[in-house]
Amino acid sequence: MITFSDKQLKTPKMQRPVYLVTGGMSKFARAFPDKRTEELVIDAMTEAAEFINMTPAQLKKYIHTCYYGHFADHFGDQLLGESVIHDRLGLDPLGNIGVKTGGATGGSTLWEAYKTVASGYSDCTLAMGWERMDEVPTDEGNNYISFAADKDWETPMGHIYTGYYAVMAQKYWQVFGKEEDSFRRTMAEIAVKNRGYARMNPHAQGPMKITVEDVINSPVVAYPLLALDCCLMSVGAACGILADEKTAYEMTDNPLRIDIGAGSHTLRVADRRNMEIPLLPNETKDQYADLAQRFPGSDRYPGFTGFLAARVAAHYAYNMTGIKDPTEDMDLVELHDAFTISDIQTYEDIGIRPYGEGRTYVESGDCYHTNPNTGQPGKLPANLSGGLIGNMHSVGATGIMQVLEVGHHIWNRWAEMHGDEEKWARFDRQKPEDWIDLQVKGAKRGLAISHAGVGSHVTCTILQDPKHVLPGGMFDE
Amino acid sequence: MSDCDCQKDRGTVKVVNGRYKPSGKFHFPQPNTPIRNEQGVLLGITNPRDIVHMHSYGGEAIFFESLGKGKLMASRCDNADCETTGSIYMPFRIHCPDCLFKNTVVDITDRAKANSIVHSFMITERTGAFNTLPTPIKFVNIEFDGVCTILMGALVRGEPSIGMKVVPIFKTQNPEYIITDMLWVADGTPATDLPEGYSF
Repeated sequence: MITFSDKQLKTPKMQRPVYLVTGGMSKFARAFPDKRTEELVIDAMTEAAEFINMTPAQLKKYIHTCYYGHFADHFGDQLLGESVIHDRLGLDPLGNIGVKTGGATGGSTLWEAYKTVASGYSDCTLAMGWERMDEVPTDEGNNYISFAADKDWETPMGHIYTGYYAVMAQKYWQVFGKEEDSFRRTMAEIAVKNRGYARMNPHAQGPMKITVEDVINSPVVAYPLLALDCCLMSVGAACGILADEKTAYEMTDNPLRIDIGAGSHTLRVADRRNMEIPLLPNETKDQYADLAQRFPGSDRYPGFTGFLAARVAAHYAYNMTGIKDPTEDMDLVELHDAFTISDIQTYEDIGIRPYGEGRTYVESGDCYHTNPNTGQPGKLPANLSGGLIGNMHSVGATGIMQVLEVGHHIWNRWAEMHGDEEKWARFDRQKPEDWIDLQVKGAKRGLAISHAGVGSHVTCTILQDPKHVLPGGMFDE
Repeated sequence: MSDCDCQKDRGTVKVVNGRYKPSGKFHFPQPNTPIRNEQGVLLGITNPRDIVHMHSYGGEAIFFESLGKGKLMASRCDNADCETTGSIYMPFRIHCPDCLFKNTVVDITDRAKANSIVHSFMITERTGAFNTLPTPIKFVNIEFDGVCTILMGALVRGEPSIGMKVVPIFKTQNPEYIITDMLWVADGTPATDLPEGYSF
């Protein structure tokens, strides 16, 4: 579609509020030759139980329906892998179903679990995601991932998914980046930032202490994308437990309100037709009237520079929760930094910055925990987990990991979950001597974007401290 | 069995009475092998195997058949009641994405030869397993005059740039009936410089 009806853009109105009660994650790594997937999943479930001072057996007693996010059956060479995991978790005979939306699988899994609680079907649901990407050689892994593009029209051209992002990077760099070296450095800064934050995260697979020059001098993967612009290929699991209000407060004193919107766009970027820019609450039509004059070549929307699915997911989520301006209303975000360029694109799609001005979110220092320009707290820190670039991209788990990482700040338990010496030792990782507490002080609300393909599916999850829920959401009408 | 024998005996598929009829040999079993750590402890096992899928092109078959004949076939919505009637699609769409009426097949070969412009591009030395294109691979995203979508292709002659004019070439000798039967070259590339089996 290139025009949308009022019915299609209607703000979802759920039947009752939904809460994130707890969640847990395994260690993330490139490979686990000594562990079956079920062991990683049980690690995640155990952490979720311990987070609210329960045993796994106690936690399981609350669960009524289960959603399993696992993108690529062929990586694990096991159809109905969800059923294997469901059995190993000892959750039969509860209803369960698998969810697959590419890179957004984790976010979509939470979306399904959320709707199930909101509708009243269940009072408590499990959203568990994982990916097993280590059981084929890397080139076969790239081949498998490329089948998430159109197998007839795109996959035969190189069997390399990074290429599909690289053409977007090229267009964005030339149109909005104006081919400036400074823009290239801004992209690199994201890679430095996220790998640096990953150093403080014991779960993280790819922590690195690097410089902008290291990124710019890293090998070309798909020009103009360089090796250090790209996310990780990971193995690991993450889960979230969602519940209605009554059940949530039986399980813990501190559940978080959770709301999720979702959008989609064509699997092939090739099929994306021109349309008017759908506006978010903090935008006006006038502000884009001269976009093509300011940025020659930007006359196509979304073209190769925007993700309509992210914009639509944000449209729903913002209107469901009363968000008027994400930068003002949120305290932190976790974005789907599959590549540095897609991170910048997303700043614009979800309204952190207007179209064409995404780079200023980085250059202003707003996206940092501590703004390097001022030494003061960043206005809207992004990807303090390390993101997909520094922490992990274990596809089915990624969107769940992002939400939990936001939650740890709102729960004010970030340091506990990331600084624990025992956890660093258990994961056989060395805690850095310069480890710092990245807790966002006073965090009340946060956002996570889970994103698939070159923008085929996107979910936008909003977490709020129940004591600080924004006015104007769907339950205020 | 040697690789050569595998290729010689490799199976083929026909459709008879509306059903797939495979013939010949499709599977060449190989033994599993143990995976051990440095101490010799068993951790897992390899599972090698060949798998052949039989895939229908359905209503897109005319597109893939035409490439080997040097033709680029697009599709157009001709439903007068559709809000986007007249839209031409490349990639080929069997049905209009708005009204879902069946599109009309249209030949845009001449249009593509006359006016195809690079919208964006990328260059990579890295590929996934089973790639058949020469490296570096150069993706080009191509705008056609009067077409509402932007096709992805591979440029095999010339250095890509945004706004560059390119022309399609077709594998008219021994076509494989896949998207790479059509590749792209910089405008002005001489016929003598085309890859083997391809022509304008």
